[in-house]
Amino acid sequence: MSSYNLTHLSQLEHEAIFVIREVAAQFERPALLFSGGKDSIVMARLAQKAFAPAKIPFPLVHVDTGHNFDEAIEYRDWFVKEIGARLVVRYVADSIKAGRCQEEKGPNPSRNGLQTVTLLDTIEEFQFDACLGGARRDEEKARAKERFFSHRDEFGQWDPKNQRPELWNLFNGRKQVGEHFRVFPLSNWTEMDVWQYIARENLRIPSIYFSHTRKVVNRGGVLLAESPFITLLEGEQYEERVVRFRTVGDATCTGAVLSTASNMADIIQEVASARVTERGARADDKRSESAMEDRKKAGYF
Amino acid sequence: MTTSTAPVQHSDEHYLSMDLLRFTTAGSVDDGKSTLIGRLLYDSKAIFDDALENLERVTQQRGEEHLNLSLLTDGLRAEREQGITIDVAYRYFATPKRKFIIADTPGHIQYTRNMVTGASTANLAIILIDARKGVIEQTCRHSFIASLLRIPHVVVAVNKMDLVDFSEQRFNEIVAQYSEFASRLDIPDIKFIPISALHGDNVVDKSAKMPWYQGGSLLYTLETVYIGSDLNHVDPRFPIQTVIRPHSDEHHDFRGFAGRVAGGVFKPGDEIVSLPSGFPAKIKSIHGPDGELAEAFAPMSVAITLDREIDSSRGDCFGKPNNHPIATKDIEAMVCWFSEKPLQPNGKYIIRHTTREAKCMVKAVRYKVNINTLHKLEDDLTINMNDIGRIQVRVAVPLMVDPYKRNRTTGSFILVDEFTNATVGAGMILWPDGSESAATVDSYVEMGGL
Repeated sequence: MSSYNLTHLSQLEHEAIFVIREVAAQFERPALLFSGGKDSIVMARLAQKAFAPAKIPFPLVHVDTGHNFDEAIEYRDWFVKEIGARLVVRYVADSIKAGRCQEEKGPNPSRNGLQTVTLLDTIEEFQFDACLGGARRDEEKARAKERFFSHRDEFGQWDPKNQRPELWNLFNGRKQVGEHFRVFPLSNWTEMDVWQYIARENLRIPSIYFSHTRKVVNRGGVLLAESPFITLLEGEQYEERVVRFRTVGDATCTGAVLSTASNMADIIQEVASARVTERGARADDKRSESAMEDRKKAGYF
Repeated sequence: MTTSTAPVQHSDEHYLSMDLLRFTTAGSVDDGKSTLIGRLLYDSKAIFDDALENLERVTQQRGEEHLNLSLLTDGLRAEREQGITIDVAYRYFATPKRKFIIADTPGHIQYTRNMVTGASTANLAIILIDARKGVIEQTCRHSFIASLLRIPHVVVAVNKMDLVDFSEQRFNEIVAQYSEFASRLDIPDIKFIPISALHGDNVVDKSAKMPWYQGGSLLYTLETVYIGSDLNHVDPRFPIQTVIRPHSDEHHDFRGFAGRVAGGVFKPGDEIVSLPSGFPAKIKSIHGPDGELAEAFAPMSVAITLDREIDSSRGDCFGKPNNHPIATKDIEAMVCWFSEKPLQPNGKYIIRHTTREAKCMVKAVRYKVNINTLHKLEDDLTINMNDIGRIQVRVAVPLMVDPYKRNRTTGSFILVDEFTNATVGAGMILWPDGSESAATVDSYVEMGGL
């Protein structure tokens, strides 16, 4: 009997490193999409490991909605400095100013969908031919059919019915001029795997993932944090609650969860017993049965 | 839903020692495949409340009576509208013992390519048989693909036992029927389990209704099947992905050949040979995700440094002087076709094999396989979408190959259309030069059907 076994988390780590290296080898101008959220932190960590002792051979790209949690931006800037990476930031606000897209109307106008315009413009500006992202197949059912190497046409669109089959460890990154790829090395990870990896690697994460007291408003079952981007409706009011966030996104649509989990062990226990998906608190996914598929087709992350 | 598993333990030590089983399920709605997967996910608490509520709402909207668990896996709008699964869907769940990745593939004949895709990375296949129908054409097709793709373990789940009064005799008939048929295939490990996915018998817990069945439940089997020897730890293979050169003062001389071990074990001090050049060298150090390693084996991603400068780069492969892959431009292979445009005789394609990409030409189609009867067709050599056949390929540069039977990584390749860049075929190498044309694979199809 051989002793050549790897734990599942190590297998996922080796697989992700293989995919990240494949991107560096197959593409000329890759980029790593970095939001400061837990998945992108794990991605950056894996990219570091993939090329050590050399530095990550591509820039980190943040598409900034402007609707941020301050903690996430502080973290982003600290992190980039810490690992000595190059950071490119492009702003949704600039896309709106330039008339490339329009601010949503309503009491919590989300810029989540608008990110797509800014992202595609950024890809064009830098001629990125592959964007590494931290999306996982367990997040949402449209993502369950996503490939590691996801082909995007010249308009940045995803065609779910015409995806390239992926067999063994063979990734086909060939493309025509103007097309690009989104690559998802964490495809086979679950939310629990991500947390366990953060714990195992002892990675620092933004403080909003841990329990804290914050003013929130309950809108349709989603607890939205107090922010200048949200207009209170009649009868609504902010209340102080002990909460934390399971995902980091646009502040207008990323809901908090009531939680007293203040350290990694607590969070892992909470994730283990959670009965609602992490995107369950995302107002943007609640818009329709196919909300994610539609956004992805248009070129979303 | 009747029973549920013990709560998943998530203490660090425990979670960090779990291993990983990738399995595939093939079958149609009628087999109860979706019900089975739904039950595994539900009982292992991998379906969350909001997903379930959503499912209940959508089921109601569609005016269906029973909770339609296939809606959990049919993630694309077109699939929900047409009530079919178009693509491979990947699902995840964990028990206290293992983490599982399910490649859920539709079983219709027109989706053979999806089944092949799902099978390519699987350690285990669940083949569902309806206890009332026994072994049918579809069973044969699924088993042939499992055998062709060399999935090491097959679990034959004889489902709907409740509809045959949990009859031991019926179960034994099916076991005999399947065993006879499978003896002509090449599946190293086959297990049979009588289940009722709908009622949960022998899925998670042992059923009280089938006391005559001595084996474990399906989930127990998935948790305990030994997968430690599924990968090749004998023949050293290391395809180079990229070369890491830090260009920094601190690591001025560092030159790491980065890649994923495809077989065997590599240690510092080992003599290696780089192919196709044949240059020898000695391993100086091996760098893993957490620093230097005493050894590296499949499927680890590492960077290897050598004791001397040799000219090696992406697409080359390290082996050992007495055990290395064969460098060849000619290969014989079984191919599964993915494209609506049939395989072009004498057609030029891009071949991608491990980390090497090259031009190639399909020089001959030897035969096509009727995947329902396993008959060999030599008069119809048009390889259409979802067809499987045997081809001869000539590559512009040498590939470092092993028979697929020996190594699933160095024995597999894909064909890419030169103009559309679409992946049009998947190949499994029989033998590099065709001289010892793998009799074993021929025997799959020379059995004359069921």
